[in-house]
Amino acid sequence: MNRRRFLQAAAAATGLTAASCAVVPRGRSLNGSEMATLEAICEQIIPADQDPGAAWAGVANYIDRQLAGFYREYRPIYRAGLAEADRRSGGSFAHVPAKRQKEILRQMEKDETTKAFFTLVVSHTMQGFYGDPRHGGNRDYCSWRMLGVPPSPVRGRNQYDLTGGSRS
Amino acid sequence: MKKVDAVIVGAGAGGGVVAKELAVNGLSVVLLERGKWVTANDCRKDDLRNQRNSTLGNNTGPDDEGNPRVVVDPSGNERIVRPSQPGYMNNAACVGSGTATYGAMAWRFHPNDFRMKSTYGCPEGSTLEDWPVSYEDLEPFYCKAEWEIGVSGNDAGNPFKGPRTKPLPMPPLPPTREHRILEVAAKRLGLHPFDIPMARNSVPYGGRPPCMRCRWCVGFICEVNAKGGTQNTVIPTALQTGNCEVRTRAMVKEILLDDRGRATGVAYFDANDRLQKQEAELVVVAGGAIESARLLLNTRHRLFPRGLGNRHDWVGRNLQGHTYVGAIGYFEEPTYDDLGPGAGIALCDFNHGNPGLRGGGVLANEFIRLPYQFLSRLPPGTPSWGIAHKDAMRRYYRHTIVILGPVQEMPIFEARVQADQRVKDRWGIPVARLSGGKHPHAIEIGEFLVGKATVWLQEAGAIRTWEVINRNLVLSGGQHQAGTCRMGNDPKTSVVNRYCQLHDVDNVFVVDGSVHVTNGGFNPALTIMTIGYWASDYIVRTWKGTRFRS
Repeated sequence: MNRRRFLQAAAAATGLTAASCAVVPRGRSLNGSEMATLEAICEQIIPADQDPGAAWAGVANYIDRQLAGFYREYRPIYRAGLAEADRRSGGSFAHVPAKRQKEILRQMEKDETTKAFFTLVVSHTMQGFYGDPRHGGNRDYCSWRMLGVPPSPVRGRNQYDLTGGSRS
Repeated sequence: MKKVDAVIVGAGAGGGVVAKELAVNGLSVVLLERGKWVTANDCRKDDLRNQRNSTLGNNTGPDDEGNPRVVVDPSGNERIVRPSQPGYMNNAACVGSGTATYGAMAWRFHPNDFRMKSTYGCPEGSTLEDWPVSYEDLEPFYCKAEWEIGVSGNDAGNPFKGPRTKPLPMPPLPPTREHRILEVAAKRLGLHPFDIPMARNSVPYGGRPPCMRCRWCVGFICEVNAKGGTQNTVIPTALQTGNCEVRTRAMVKEILLDDRGRATGVAYFDANDRLQKQEAELVVVAGGAIESARLLLNTRHRLFPRGLGNRHDWVGRNLQGHTYVGAIGYFEEPTYDDLGPGAGIALCDFNHGNPGLRGGGVLANEFIRLPYQFLSRLPPGTPSWGIAHKDAMRRYYRHTIVILGPVQEMPIFEARVQADQRVKDRWGIPVARLSGGKHPHAIEIGEFLVGKATVWLQEAGAIRTWEVINRNLVLSGGQHQAGTCRMGNDPKTSVVNRYCQLHDVDNVFVVDGSVHVTNGGFNPALTIMTIGYWASDYIVRTWKGTRFRS
């Protein structure tokens, strides 16, 4: 059993989410507690089971990086949404039990005031989990491995001589 | 700058071909392209940032900053959109344009696609018309395009195609697993499956290697140059003549006209944003259906107060692309083998002759899927998050086949491109304003094709199927954008004549999808290239230095 599997199994056995096991460092756009909340939300959106979940895949890191760049316009809605998730948890979303986290998110999915935030975080989580690792998520191509799509072998560029007619 | 015989605006499917044809026939040519000359080296394989999926922007341009468009939805709400946002209808801004990033399906239109009105009659609310050229007129030029760009495939099994005088130059790639599954099923149904013609090397051709069957295909620049576009075929040939110069990052502002309304060249902003003038005897507009219309509309003159070629208000009208419809089937056994380009098998059984319908569309298996792209393919009712969503990704990803096809649309006058005087791009040029919707017949054809795709999948053994169709009558355009400078014999109801020459000004041509009267039930790239050869042939035959032979 490798370390990742071990941690997952341990987390499953103790009923803790991966996010609550460790202190989450501050990001480029979000502070440490915002990152912890975000990571816990992402992990509910794509939970770990026999395959890694969003927390292990680094999805929060993906989102944090985009909030510093292409998605900078979404920073306010993230700040407000993460604060609201914490408020509904009576402190820190990351520290309430998984079952309660799900209830909170189901409610946020429905409420007019939080719906837009939730939709956004779901779609960004999918990007961070299933998209290319270069953007900060999908660590070690974990989602691609899960789907049976091996990462592309590293290839040189302009190094080919296929003019002889090799047919792959 | 030195005056040349021809200045061409846009180095895509149409402009690239015209540049080559004029240059090899001894005309001096300047080819202006607003984008860069992009290669696979500076365009990394990025599934969130490409022409197919611009979630995090676009790697082949235009830049997200400074190139807005205005999009008006059917209820009249307008919004300003960036190139990576939905509704913008972006086509790659680089040398080769869409032909650098496409999936490279290289279809000939069906003979009836050029005579839609006389075959079916015009439905209410549409501007459906016949083309002023026929399949037979264009056939030699289709051959030329297929042999110069390089097309592989085998359409011998397609009894519905127009006659061809030359075979395709290359055999098809070997079939994928889903190709084989679909082929036997189609034959059992009495249909006529065949190998899709693709501008893609299956064997070494034109000094370029064959396809290595990777998954970074549609939406990306080919890493080994196996996909043929104008950037790695005709444009290099044009450059080799010494008669052609390509200037990249050149954004054309307007066509310059003399007192009598004849074109004298173009004004453009160069790579350093300096306004330049390129004088020329001929101006060829080839920026795609949206940008070409925008350029004509932004060219104002005493004689053309509403824009060049627009005396009768037809420039920018009839914008159309394709409504993509089809079905997805779930199979017990894995069907997906991750071999590019993915798409390989097609049916033309439903392009024409469908009871009660005007036209139809080709059905083909879909291009290779990157994991993120597959999210939108999950069956209806799949929870959008949580373990059930993750389970669905695992269950369906390798066990589904997607069949899609482009619906041939009925053009409408209200679907249009305008120049929006209130919104400017980074050079201060009024941007394209897109408005209108589509004719409802597209949905009727769409429903029909969904049914056919579903039956095909069921026959192939799908244990569950679901449909792909958007029933909203939203404007279509996208990479298949066409129709905005219609070709026709009557100057009152079209913009250019059958040789792509403006009715109003004899030394301005439009050579891209804009001139398509209708857009076929096929990907249009090969037809745009063919029109490029057709129009060039006319120019070369009739141009005598400063005017045309009468």
